[in-house]
This record gives sequence, structure tokens and C-alpha cells, in this order.
Amino acid sequence: MPATPASSPVPALEVVDLRKTYSNGVQALKGVSLKVAQGDFFALLGPNGAGKSTLIGILSSLVNPSGGDARVFGLSIHADRGGVMRQIGLVPQEINFNQFETPFEICVNVAGFYGVPRAIAEPRAEKYLRELRIWDKAFQPTRMMSGGMKRRLMIARAMMNEPRLLILDEPTAGVDIEIRRSMWHFITGINAAGTTVILTTHYLEEAEQLCRNIAIIDHGEIVEDTSMRRLLSKLDVQSLVLDVTGLDGTLPRIDGVKLVRIDDQTLEAEMPSTHNLNALFAVLTAQGITVTSMRNKTNRLEELFVRLVERNGNGAKA
Amino acid sequence: MNDLAREPVTRAPVYAGSARVRANLVALGTITRREVRRMLRIWTQTLVPPAITMTLYFVIFGKIIGSRVGPMHGFSYMQYIVPGLVMMSIINNCYANITSSFFGSKFGRYVEEMLASPMPSWVVLSGYVAGAVLRGLLVGIIVLGIALFFTSLHVAHPLVALTTVLLGAVIFSLAGFINAMFAKRFDDIAIVPTFVLAPLTYLGGVFYSVNMLGSPWREASLANPILYMVNAFRFGILGIGDVPVWIAYVVMLAFVIGLGGFALWLLHRGVGLRS
Repeated sequence: MPATPASSPVPALEVVDLRKTYSNGVQALKGVSLKVAQGDFFALLGPNGAGKSTLIGILSSLVNPSGGDARVFGLSIHADRGGVMRQIGLVPQEINFNQFETPFEICVNVAGFYGVPRAIAEPRAEKYLRELRIWDKAFQPTRMMSGGMKRRLMIARAMMNEPRLLILDEPTAGVDIEIRRSMWHFITGINAAGTTVILTTHYLEEAEQLCRNIAIIDHGEIVEDTSMRRLLSKLDVQSLVLDVTGLDGTLPRIDGVKLVRIDDQTLEAEMPSTHNLNALFAVLTAQGITVTSMRNKTNRLEELFVRLVERNGNGAKA
Repeated sequence: MNDLAREPVTRAPVYAGSARVRANLVALGTITRREVRRMLRIWTQTLVPPAITMTLYFVIFGKIIGSRVGPMHGFSYMQYIVPGLVMMSIINNCYANITSSFFGSKFGRYVEEMLASPMPSWVVLSGYVAGAVLRGLLVGIIVLGIALFFTSLHVAHPLVALTTVLLGAVIFSLAGFINAMFAKRFDDIAIVPTFVLAPLTYLGGVFYSVNMLGSPWREASLANPILYMVNAFRFGILGIGDVPVWIAYVVMLAFVIGLGGFALWLLHRGVGLRS
């Protein structure tokens, strides 16, 4: 392991040339390398079958790697599996708790697996079940809970060892907007307090809003690894949807802007991302058209994501 | 959320050996406790059936048929079969407990809670074995209690009886764990008890002395590990047995070491658990 100066923080995660070939010959990871800094909110995106879950499986000891290494806070998954697991909290994609146990039992038991005594685990379970607003179901069998409650239980369970690195594998799949927002409120709170968060999601607007850095994986390879800001700045064209009044007659011609009438109250404007919007509004105003509201036609990250994976030879959408 | 606020880590965290030992003991206690709670939660499946089955054995084989069999090595037939039936109950229940519980955790995927934790393999194995052994012992006590309604018993060698029961319970808990690791369907955990365990148990000298068998059946019986457990336990309870007790101990210890080592190796490799 390369020496790290005593004063500089070690990366929360450092993946080095990680490879995985399954017994059926499928090469899920082809030498993935990436680094996640402490305290980061990191997005790991990719189409289905890209290798995200394999990478997360290796980090959480559920998949055996074929080669390479991963270090979590400087601990190698090969040299100190137990030490690595102590740093990680995992929220998996699939529901994976005993449906005959209660949320309280599940949380306290998982804490016990990490060596947390019951005297500490029980108040901690109450704390996280309350924070995730499922304390009223704490002593009912989990099979009686809704899908959203089960998702929140998996977050509470992942917090039982108070991990330094929280890995969320599509935690909001199938969850309604209100619960999703409360989950993100909780997770951004623990991230602000210093917990590093790695998120995979198919809701790209979530990743765009929450994450500071991003890696995109496709066909088992990292095709992009940068900051969210830098990635979004690569988007050279933007499409805006304008809600307007006073749309009569023909549309004005504006250099560099392609205007399309959607209906009597809606225009669509496609232009370079550096285009001066004031000039657009000035021309519209001169024509007697008033813009009452405006929004991006597509999520910017989604646009980039589709371009990147298509460029990599994969037409799948997120 | 202030209690989660942390300073940045500038070098890899170090966990002292004593902290790891304490954590492992907590984890071991957690699995054992979970297994016992499971056993007690479904007591109608875990504790009642062996009590009913063994009561039927005592009534039919001990009372009705046994009264016509006559004494065996100076004991009534009822007294003679009690140690074997107790051992049979323990073996079956240890095996059933660990296979259903561990395979259930694989099937429901909540085994991942343990695989993604810092617990070493030996803690996982020991926790499941402890849970299965405790069920076996509880069932053994229940069956012994029922037996005392039908006959009187004087324990000849308590230490031999206790160690034999423990070793037998551990052996079949380990065997059940290995079965559950390889199992991919519920059928896979039913095949071994039906086609292997039951014949070996009935041919293991529970109802008869192997000395009553002619060659080569007597020699063939000596290849059955259950024979050694049943006879060592019978020696512990009644003071009689078909095989020298030290040979029984050697056989049982060899099985504990062999099966335990194999189960640990499987867990370490993640056979049937990790892709």
C-alpha cells in the first residue's frame, strides 16, 4: 500500500484494478479503479448489468473478487475483511431480512453481528427506527410492513454499526416521493456529519441533486469518474420547455436557437448551453410572447448518462 | 445527528485483539440467542413433535412389544431402548434445526446480514451449532422426562452420558450445517434425513444389541457412526454397551474435527453463499 502522509485523510474507498469473472464466464468487472474521498456523497451509476452490484457485492463481502484489491479507510478486503466490514453499512437492492422477525429484533441482531452489545444496540435501534419514522412498527413482524417501510428498515439496519461508509444500492426503488424525500433528508444529514455515502440509483435527478462526485460504469469498466459539476458542464446543448402566453402567428427566428411550438401555451427551445437566454427572452418579448415559467426538458445528468453509455456501445437506458 | 460527527481518518483504523474477542463473543451470543428464540417461537414444530413421536415409541416398542421381548443385558426392554431413543431425538432435532434455520437464511437472503458483517466464519458456525445443540438438549430432556413416566432409570456414568450427548449433538449439527450449505432447494435438506439419517439411526443399535447380529451385519454395523453414539450414551445411562467407550470417543472426536474443519473451510470459501 502506498504510504499516506500522516496528516492527509486516507480515502474512504480506493478500488484498484478490481476484476470479477463469474463461473459462467461473464466478466462483470474488467479492472475497475476508483477513489472516493472521506465525507463524499458519491454516485456510482450505470445501466443494468454494468457491474455496479458486483462491485458493491465485493465491497460488502458478498462476492469473491477474481483479482485486484479494494481498501476501505486504508484496510484491504484481502488482508482485513473484518476490519473493512466494521467501516461499512450496506443497504442492498433486494429486501434481505427475516420476514418473521420484527424491525427491532433485526436491528439489534445485526448490531450484535458487529459486536455491539444489546445495552447499546437497543437504544440505538430505537433511535434510528424513530428517525426513519418506523418506530410504530418496531415490534410487528416485518412481513406486515409496506415496501417503503421495508426500505427504511434496511437503512436503519445499515446504521446499527454507525458506519463510516454507507453504501446504498438503489435504496429508493419503488418508494413514493414523500418517503423518498424523508430518506434523503436522513441520509444527507448523516453525510453532513461526516459519513461517506456511495449511492447507486436509476433516478438520475436524485444523483444530480445529492452527489458531489460521480463514476459511471458500463460493461465492467469505468467510463467516467469526475465531479458532478464538471460532468454536467460537458453538456453542450440544452432543451428548455417554456410556458408562454400571447403565442399567435408564426414563431420568431433566433440565431442558434431551434424553436418548436408544442401547443398554444408551450414552446420548446433547443440551443447551445452557452447561449444567452436574455437574447431569447428579448426576441420573444418583442413578438408579444410572455414567458411565465421555464424548465429543462430532460434531466441534464440523464442526457449525459445516455450519451456516455451509448458511446460505450450500450443502448440501454437508466 | 451530532453524535455521528467524525474527524477525518488519517490512517487505517486498528482493532485491538481484545476488542475483536469481545465483539466475537457478542456476535456468538447474538446468533445463539436468535436461534433459541426461533426454536421457542415455533415450539409446536420444534418441541412438540418429538415428544409425541417418542411417547408412541415408548408405548408401542417399550410397553406393548417390549413386554414380550424379555430382559436385555439385565435391563427391561423399555429401559434398554430409552438411551437410544433419547440419542435419536437429539440427533434428529439438531440436524433438523440447523438445516432448516441456515437454509432458511439462505433462501430468504438474510444470511447476507452475517456475510456482510465482520464476524469470522468460526463465530457463524459456532452460533448455529450452539443453537442446534441447545434444541437437541431440550428435546433430549423432554424425551427423558417422558421416559420416566414409563420406567425408572439410574444414570451409571453421568459424565460419559453428558459428553456423549454433547459430542453427538455437535456432530449432527455440523453435518446439518454442511447439508444446508450445499442445499439449493428445500428438497435438498429433506433428502439426507430421509435417505441417510433415518436408516443409520434405526440400524445404529437403538432397538437392539449389534451383538445379536450375525456376520457380516455386525461388522457392517460397526461402520455406522450412530452406533458409537448410541452405545456410548447407553453406557453412560445403563453401564452397558456393544462397543468400548474409548473407541466411541475416538470416533466421535474424529467426526467433530473432520466435519468442523470441512464446514469452516466451506464457510471461508463461501460455498453456496458467495458468487
